[in-house]
Amino acid sequence: MIFFIIRRLITTVFLLLLVSMITFAIFFLIPRLAGQTAYQLAAQYVGRNPIPSEIRAVEAKLGLNDPLYLQYGRYIKGIVAGIHYNSGTDVSYCPFPCFGYSFRNQQPVWPQLISNAPVTLSLAIGASVLWLIGGVSVGVLSALRRGSIFDRFSMGIALAGVSLPVFFTGLIALELFSYKWPIFPNVHYVPITSNPLLWARNLVLPWITLAFLYAALYARLTRAGMLETMGEDYIRTARAKGLAERKVVVKHGLRAALTPIVTIFGLDLGLLLGGAILTETTFSLPGLGQFTILAIQNQDLPEIMGVVMLASFFIVIANLVVDILYAFVDPRVRL
Amino acid sequence: MPGSMLEVRDLRIHFQTDDGTVRAVDGVSFSLERGRTLGIVGESGSGKSVTSMGIMGLHHGTKAEITGEILLDGENLVEATPARVRELRGSKMAMIFQDPLSSLHPYYTIGAQIIEAYRIHNDVSKQAARQHAIDLLGRVGIPQPATRIDDYPHQFSGGMRQRAMIAMALSCDPELLIADEPTTALDVTVQAQILDLINDLQSEFGSAVIIITHDLGVVAELADDILVMYAGRVAEYGSAADIFGRPDHPYTWGLLASMPRLDRERTGRLVPIPGTPPSLIRVPSGCPFHPRCRYTHLTGGRCDTEVPPLRETVTPGHAAACHLTVEERTRQWTALQEGQVPEHAHEPVSPGQATQGPVSQGRVEA
Repeated sequence: MIFFIIRRLITTVFLLLLVSMITFAIFFLIPRLAGQTAYQLAAQYVGRNPIPSEIRAVEAKLGLNDPLYLQYGRYIKGIVAGIHYNSGTDVSYCPFPCFGYSFRNQQPVWPQLISNAPVTLSLAIGASVLWLIGGVSVGVLSALRRGSIFDRFSMGIALAGVSLPVFFTGLIALELFSYKWPIFPNVHYVPITSNPLLWARNLVLPWITLAFLYAALYARLTRAGMLETMGEDYIRTARAKGLAERKVVVKHGLRAALTPIVTIFGLDLGLLLGGAILTETTFSLPGLGQFTILAIQNQDLPEIMGVVMLASFFIVIANLVVDILYAFVDPRVRL
Repeated sequence: MPGSMLEVRDLRIHFQTDDGTVRAVDGVSFSLERGRTLGIVGESGSGKSVTSMGIMGLHHGTKAEITGEILLDGENLVEATPARVRELRGSKMAMIFQDPLSSLHPYYTIGAQIIEAYRIHNDVSKQAARQHAIDLLGRVGIPQPATRIDDYPHQFSGGMRQRAMIAMALSCDPELLIADEPTTALDVTVQAQILDLINDLQSEFGSAVIIITHDLGVVAELADDILVMYAGRVAEYGSAADIFGRPDHPYTWGLLASMPRLDRERTGRLVPIPGTPPSLIRVPSGCPFHPRCRYTHLTGGRCDTEVPPLRETVTPGHAAACHLTVEERTRQWTALQEGQVPEHAHEPVSPGQATQGPVSQGRVEA
């Protein structure tokens, strides 16, 4: 077990390095392949109407003329330890973890990135609790009453939930519950630290919208899993013991059906932490998704790289957690 | 037989499916005393498992239609509320299943599963239940039960898993133990050990046992009485001595002829019963066995029109459902004993009637 975790941690580090290489290669090579010179790249850091001497200074300071491996090495060093930029006259320190400077405002990328993270975190965690509880319970009930009106109705809704995009359901929700019947008026992000009640109230609509999409998927998954496990021999054994049906369902049926759900949940959550672009945009939540959209619109390469690195970090970690969790959930898994 | 511990009268278990009514059990009666063992024998799809699950009340919540009477110490389980049957299940009657690996929950330890079974019906502390489980595991022959109790089913061997299943079934001292093909999924060497164990425990606990099997060798070893089932009905019912010594139904003859015997000289090939068990939706008219029977020409055409009633033969308590006269049956059995293969023995049977219906047998058995 310990060895497995250590082994997985080492591979995780290598995986992240690989991701960084690919990301770096894409975002630093492609402009050059497209014919952009280091000078033109440096010009992006300087703003409108730049003076050539300023551009030269930035070019020298960031070492944009250095060979690729040097620049990559500097990038990694910045991420793991922080880095000093020194061009003789102009000395600046980019603290750990340094993802370079934004084109837009010449500020380090990381603090901006991290200031948007709580929004996404609030959205993702809240929604995931909702969809896990909602999806799993609807799935269980559907499986137990297979073919009933409830089953058909909820699976119909689930199909709609999987098919309808967030920007549709989200706008409907806003129209109905924010404008027509203003139960949740004036949806905007309030940090949990400044007003927890307002934080929750303003996030209800985004949570429900995002959770609806996933709950639909989880309801279908749970239903399929429950139908399978409730037909297993060990369910018959549990009934033959004289166990109450509710306990048979929850302790024996759901316990087994939940294993694959846990796996998918971990991966979904990891993916979502990198930014829920559609939901954040629909509800104007200043999270990582919005950050990504802005970075892409501004063609701000360092910012895009930063967000890509952060998102892949979440996914890789989620994978690691799921793998380890699996050993606890299923005793047959030997690590 | 008043006072019997288990008395089943005219039990019928039918399932409505899209393809028609599955008559999985169609008028089965038998009785069982404490301390006795009943073997229910038949091919797959003959209704043996459905019968036993019916006794245990495990058809609740399914679309099974159950009629007739199942009297457990005089209490009719067919009429009883599901809650009452659940109370009896696991405490007064317990069941062990065919495949111990799939019948044990893979995510819980052996101990947790036995403790759960014990604590459903007994208000005891976890500590006491655990001690009880360790004792039980020791009694069914698990070495080092105090440590093995925390193992998961996949860490046990096949025979040990079945022992653990038996320990679980015995946790509440049931008066009736139903073993549904308890040795089918096990190695031949382990089979004998498990059968010995069931036998020993029966004499120790004094419970009544029903052993369900398609293997006549198993019932030969354990059963006092034998019920031979075919297509959801009783073909023959009697003491083990009668069934093996003087079988009185062509189907039983077929079962015996298809079984290798060590106590006889090898006279030649084993004779299989031709064809396959019938569909339980379209049970053949008349005697359900007639499409596969070798002797239909001896009854003057009654076999495919009239259902033969279960009638007592020459021995009291021994009954068979066959149109052949008692004398004719004696003559045919004697001939078989002398190694004569019946006429048309290796001809194919009429197709269609004997083939399986659209509903798979698995769905009915499950």
